[in-house]
Amino acid sequence: MSETILSLNHLHKQFGALQATNDVSLELQTGEIHALIGPNGAGKSTLIGQIAGNIRPDKGSVYLSGTEITGMSIAQRARLGLGRSFQVSSLAEPLSVMRNVMMGVQALQSHSFRFWKPVAQDQQLLEPAVEALERMQLSHRAWTPVCELSHGERRQVEVACALALKPRALLLDEPMAGLGPEGSAKLTELLEALKLEVPILLIEHDMDAVFRLADRISVLVSGSVIAHGDSQTIRQDPRVRDAYLGDADA
Amino acid sequence: MTNNTPLTNNTGLSKSAAPGVANSGLATQPDNHFDRKGLVQIVLLGLLFLVPVAAYFLGHIYYVNLASRITIIAMAAVGLNLAIGYGGMVSFGHAAYFGLGGYVAGISAYHAFNFTPFMTWPVNVPGSDSMLVVWLVAILVCALLALAIGAISLRTTGVYFIMITLAFAQMIYYFANSWPTYGGEDGLPIYLRNGLPGLDTNNALTYFLICFFGLVLAMAITSRLMKSRFGAALTMARLNDVRLATAGISPYPIRLVAFVISAVITGLAGALYADLNGFVSPTMLSWHFSGELMVIVILGGVGRLYGPLAGAVLFVMMETLLGGMTQYWQLFLGLVLLGVVLFAKHGVMGWLAGRERNE
Ligand SMILES: Nc1ncnc2c1ncn2[C@@H]1O[C@H](COP(=O)(O)OP(=O)(O)OP(=O)(O)O)[C@@H](O)[C@H]1O
Ligand SMILES: [Mg+2]
Repeated sequence: MSETILSLNHLHKQFGALQATNDVSLELQTGEIHALIGPNGAGKSTLIGQIAGNIRPDKGSVYLSGTEITGMSIAQRARLGLGRSFQVSSLAEPLSVMRNVMMGVQALQSHSFRFWKPVAQDQQLLEPAVEALERMQLSHRAWTPVCELSHGERRQVEVACALALKPRALLLDEPMAGLGPEGSAKLTELLEALKLEVPILLIEHDMDAVFRLADRISVLVSGSVIAHGDSQTIRQDPRVRDAYLGDADA
Repeated sequence: MTNNTPLTNNTGLSKSAAPGVANSGLATQPDNHFDRKGLVQIVLLGLLFLVPVAAYFLGHIYYVNLASRITIIAMAAVGLNLAIGYGGMVSFGHAAYFGLGGYVAGISAYHAFNFTPFMTWPVNVPGSDSMLVVWLVAILVCALLALAIGAISLRTTGVYFIMITLAFAQMIYYFANSWPTYGGEDGLPIYLRNGLPGLDTNNALTYFLICFFGLVLAMAITSRLMKSRFGAALTMARLNDVRLATAGISPYPIRLVAFVISAVITGLAGALYADLNGFVSPTMLSWHFSGELMVIVILGGVGRLYGPLAGAVLFVMMETLLGGMTQYWQLFLGLVLLGVVLFAKHGVMGWLAGRERNE
């Protein structure tokens, strides 16, 4: 049976005069990919920010597995199992892929006030990190500095970082952007396998990927959810075609 | 993306066994690089050790004390380097801890010398002429002060952090200046150098060796610390604190603890400095000294383990040699600093030993 992992209740966020999030409520359930689509500036990343803790909502609440997380810090939410990737990848560039991914493993295992044992030979840290990298088919890049990676690879590293947290929910902000058709297809496959383990809230402009992956789709325009349903419903919804799909198809 | 080779199956992957590392561009550098770096480090430390020993046996006590001075200032800079270089916290107030450590040594010796208690209420606290006691108190006092200053300052970043650490240090400076009990602006002499059981601390070489031990210990601790989980988190806090938080670790407490450790190292150096000079004064607390420490860290190479040592050697040598010739020696210091910032971004250590690699 599917249960609700993540739920957003009546979130509001205003930037000056701009209503970036306007009474948004959605849910993410086990085993599903819930896609969030919408034109540029619709407030998709702002919404992810409010779930992950980077942005404080003005009103409304966020629950993860029944626990209210609205007031928690980014780090607390991450430890509770909220993994995310950023639209513009946010990694420690001079460090190796491994060192980036190991951070999440470290956070899960204990507090970080361990001053003595070197991490470089710490199998407790290395093994789960390698596992996360293997999931993303990236272990051949484990010791490459992030600054030497391609745009697409960085995206995958971000997902691997999130996986290292053994997340209960994944928030992915345009993971396909910049991947090219081949990379997109590969990532689509990876995500399809992944959703069986962890539900994914997916922001994506690549409509092929969205229609293939998403069990449900919510359409966000100017901060409000204007439509919600499965691929079929969304494809045929006239308002959605108007607001978004129209220009995407063109 | 260069290849999509199927995965070799190795959990239990260790760094040396990592696939792909053999043909990545990185793997070609390390061999001679590590030798060169190791060589530079050994030479630097070896000279610092051997020159004063030789000077002592040749009867040049002045040079032994000069080496002690370099060693202590290097140790203070090791502390600051932990904050600036490894933690990305540009503290412009580390003189506060240096001076505080110095005053702990001075005040303790003062009361021990006069047989007067430091305080009588609520408990009787006598002075002490034991370095062990002085060091322990210096650690505690500096840690507490850094905890308070850090807890407030670390809520800010960038220029605000620099300014707020400076402001706190200046408050302590003016306090010491205007508090008459311990000499005010005239400072406080230490008539008898504090002692250590079984050692003659008045012997210049013995005292140098104590300082040398302190420096090496501070460097060893820094090195070990930065390889640990704590160091990994601190590095991430410096490079990308949003990533650290997203990975589930709050940057603030990590930074705060690093700031406290950094202050304690600088504070211990201050205690050694006061005993070396037999004198402590508000000069040790002034922003000039905070600035000098920063200059030393930048000269030597920010975030380099041996950077503070290289920087301190260069700085004190210039001060002594050029300062003896002209009172405008800081003009030359400025030129050297300019040269380092423009042409050797990674400081003297980066220039001598090559760039530091990340893994
Ligand atoms: N910190 C901020 N301060 C002020 N305005 C902001 C801030 N962050 C986002 N905005 C504005 O809020 C609106 C929504 O931005 P958001 O990044 O959430 O859009 P998006 O749906 O993710 O768009 P895209 O598809 O381009 O990524 C935009 O108009 C943006 O300019
Ligand atoms: Mg966005």
